[in-house]
Amino acid sequence: MDYDLLFIQTLNGIQLGLLLFLVASGLTLVFGILDFVNLAHGSLYMFGAFICAWLTLQLGNFIYAVLLALPLTGLLGLAVERLMARYLYTRDHLDQVLATFGLILVLDTLAHLIWGPAGIAVPLPGWLRGQVEVFNGVVVPSFRLLIIATGLVTAAFLFWLVNYTRLGMLIRAGASNRTMVSALGIDIQTLFALVFALGAMLAGLAGMLIAPITEASIGMGNNIIITAFVVIIIGGIGSMKGAFIGALLIGLIDTLGRSFLDDLFKLFMPSDAAETSAPAVSAMLIYIIMAMVLAIRPQGLFPPKVR
Amino acid sequence: MKKILTAALAASMLTTPAWAKEVKIGFVTTLTTGAAVIGNDMKNAVELALEHMGGKMGDLDAVVIYGDDGFKPETGKQVTDKLVKQDNVDFVTGYIWSHVLLASRKSVLDAGKFLISANAGPSQVAGKLCNKNFFSTSWQNDSTTMAVGEVLNQKGVKSLYIMAPNYAAGKDMVAGVERTFKGKVLGKDLTKWGADAQLDFSAELAKAKASGAEALFVFYPGAAAGAFVKQYHQAGLKDILPLYSAFTVDALSLPKLQAANFESVLGSVFTQEWDPTLDNAANKKFVSSFKAKYGTYPSFYAAQSYDAMFLIKSAVEAVNGDLTNMDGMRDAMMAVKYDSVRGPYTYGVNHMPVENFYEREVVADADGVWTTRVVSTVYKDHVDPFAAECHME
Amino acid sequence: MSMTKRSIWPTLGFLLLLLVVPLGFYFYDNAFYLDLATRLVILGIAATSLNLVLGYGGLISFGHAAYIGIGAYAVGIPVYHEFYGGFDSIASTNGLFQIAIAVGIATLFALITGAISLRTKGVYFIMITMAFAQMAYYFFLSLDEYGGDDGLVIEVRSEMPFMDMDSPVQLFLLCWMSLVVAMLIVRTIVHSRFGMVLQGAKGNNERMVTLGYNTYVYRLTAYVISGAMCGYAGALMGNFSSFISPAMMEWGRSGELMFMVILGGAATTLGPVLGSAAFILLEEIFSSVTIYWHLPFGLLLIGVVLFARGGLTGMFRGRGN
Repeated sequence: MDYDLLFIQTLNGIQLGLLLFLVASGLTLVFGILDFVNLAHGSLYMFGAFICAWLTLQLGNFIYAVLLALPLTGLLGLAVERLMARYLYTRDHLDQVLATFGLILVLDTLAHLIWGPAGIAVPLPGWLRGQVEVFNGVVVPSFRLLIIATGLVTAAFLFWLVNYTRLGMLIRAGASNRTMVSALGIDIQTLFALVFALGAMLAGLAGMLIAPITEASIGMGNNIIITAFVVIIIGGIGSMKGAFIGALLIGLIDTLGRSFLDDLFKLFMPSDAAETSAPAVSAMLIYIIMAMVLAIRPQGLFPPKVR
Repeated sequence: MKKILTAALAASMLTTPAWAKEVKIGFVTTLTTGAAVIGNDMKNAVELALEHMGGKMGDLDAVVIYGDDGFKPETGKQVTDKLVKQDNVDFVTGYIWSHVLLASRKSVLDAGKFLISANAGPSQVAGKLCNKNFFSTSWQNDSTTMAVGEVLNQKGVKSLYIMAPNYAAGKDMVAGVERTFKGKVLGKDLTKWGADAQLDFSAELAKAKASGAEALFVFYPGAAAGAFVKQYHQAGLKDILPLYSAFTVDALSLPKLQAANFESVLGSVFTQEWDPTLDNAANKKFVSSFKAKYGTYPSFYAAQSYDAMFLIKSAVEAVNGDLTNMDGMRDAMMAVKYDSVRGPYTYGVNHMPVENFYEREVVADADGVWTTRVVSTVYKDHVDPFAAECHME
Repeated sequence: MSMTKRSIWPTLGFLLLLLVVPLGFYFYDNAFYLDLATRLVILGIAATSLNLVLGYGGLISFGHAAYIGIGAYAVGIPVYHEFYGGFDSIASTNGLFQIAIAVGIATLFALITGAISLRTKGVYFIMITMAFAQMAYYFFLSLDEYGGDDGLVIEVRSEMPFMDMDSPVQLFLLCWMSLVVAMLIVRTIVHSRFGMVLQGAKGNNERMVTLGYNTYVYRLTAYVISGAMCGYAGALMGNFSSFISPAMMEWGRSGELMFMVILGGAATTLGPVLGSAAFILLEEIFSSVTIYWHLPFGLLLIGVVLFARGGLTGMFRGRGN
């Protein structure tokens, strides 16, 4: 066993997990509080990436671009909420799934119309381009460490927001008792719109962080959205803790599976068959785990208590 | 509903009159998803070719109808069926992707029309599934990477790590390198491809580095190329694991890489049957007018599409516009009676080009624009390895 | 239920139209529209089967595309072995054998995944059915011998008694008749006591349980019937396109099937067929106008959900509320 490789891949898995958490946390907020299934959450992730990539080329600085792209993605979220999502809160999940499925088509095509099909590569500032030596001889791209740090900071911020602030209290109350919150004189429509915008910004942030690695491209959200749903289903819909643990679990399983499953398979099958079946099985792994979790705990690992 | 239905059907029927004096060419490529960047380049080349031939093939008007395969074999087959059955085209060409070509070939060939691949060259159509009405203006998949294997041998590389997407062409490309490379392959990763292709290669690159190989070979066409080269750059592998590639670094990815200043790609080596610097009249005209019209270097996809149009033109002219004379058109194409931008070539028994392959490297041109140049000729008049399996009826 | 007493004539009229118009085009020398109609009718069968669980049972399955794929591979894999050897026990071009495999495996898949999925409720059910479909998708993706990601070209169509599947007209007629039978089956089920319980559980599950019905078993039965019918549609799809790829099982395809049902009108006999007809025709018309056709198409989808509750059948019947 190569322990350096295992270490690197664990780090890569944590990085993927934290990116997934950013997407899944927005999804679970919107779902848990607004009772709204948003399949188009992945398209907000894509827009975050495109807006940030485009701004990076205009401004010549990635960090400024992120700072400007975050509120813009939030505004896009507000627009989606105001024009469409708002009318679907009281509808059943089927209507929400279908309407947001339509929204995916609309947003993907809009991105194609605005930025063309090519996608945008994002240049990084010099200090983020290099490598960091973690310990003797093991180096990691510094940008990947930044992703991990950003993910952890955002997670801490969300825990604080949901558990220790007035807004968080309202958010939690809004989920369990809408009429009570309205009775307190709080405009529940504004609250919901803010939650939706926050979710959009979280998804957008994930897109901005991945863009310098994979570049912003059309349809990039349609893969991660399904994985993010798997995360919140495993974690328990509406639970921030569940989203965090689920995301790290899925990130690690996916990365380690891609990297070590073929070696594992080679122990009991011909190496050719192992090389081709391992990628598919590792892709299937997260769904197998989800089915197993739901077969045993139909409400996910950490169903929120208030409901 | 009845009225709407019939009106809709009637309306779409009216759009395709069948009586004009024209040669109709169906061009199947990818116009949506991120891979549309390739499709658009091919489309640009076709438009340029039409401009250069004055919209005429002999006395006939040349009409091109584009079909979008959406990067999916099933959709590719559907648009091919539509071109053949509804638009009643005389030639079907284009096809970036091997799996789209494999899914669609029967629809064209069973209808007795000519199928001309402007890019995809899966081993099957060069071997067992060869057909008298199929021609290629590109290459058989394995050939280009066999040339990479040769280059590796010439440079004395002893061990190699391989990465490619998991689809028909990816497997052919890998097989090509393994066929000629004499050293040891220390590891191989086939990654998820298609509309939701895997674009984060961190796990694979870490494995490649840990394998201790002397060089890395990759095949990542289209949008994945940019993503791959960037991560290769970020992982700082340039000096540890030199990059050899096929169809990855091209005129489509270089502008983006230059905009983001990923200079690790400069000097990286790959092989191809064509290069913008090849010295012949047809190529000079093609490259300069393409640059003048679209502002970028043409890609090899564009070069092959441009050739496909002129190959069809040569066939139509050889039979004086009598499109029922299939034998005449086939003989004309077989004889390669046009000036290809890659220079002279011939056709093998399986209707795959017998052509030269060059070692190319990435350089900055006189204006500082990143492009490619020819380093040496790896293969002269190369016959692909599947020609022997082809038994033409 | 209130929907039983409606006139049957619109349904018969539409089915007749669906039969005559494509054949008319075919004999007036435009074979393409017969192709389009065949695909439409096959998807109509799939949508009809989905309607049984989604419309009448209130079970939102987001994974029905998997059954189409399973059915299509049940045609393709035996043919592959007939041509290229290996696995002699299933090598066959016999259509009845292939359909039996298609329906059999679809039934088994529905039974196993349904038994687990039906333990969950609401959005968990939506997502677990999707997860199982994704598993099937990745499973076929990993079958390198059958082309994996590239898909599999089906060399010959099924051999059926008394008919030739290579004839587009006969294939279309078979699909059309299958659609009529599928609609009859669903209609019969819905109007039986079984169907009443299924619909009762959709409205108020607790009440049905209190009345002594084991609704889990009723729902599972409906789910299995639906999966089996959809598997049959898949076998027809394999024959029609003579090509299969895992991409036919992607979650987007399941979403399209759901949209067909809702577009036409859930919990109606004609709705799913009307929906698939509208879907295929709109897709064809929009995509021939512009490569950006997904934009108007998506807006239309949103508009139908927001403003046209009850779908096309609801609109035609003027269900005002």
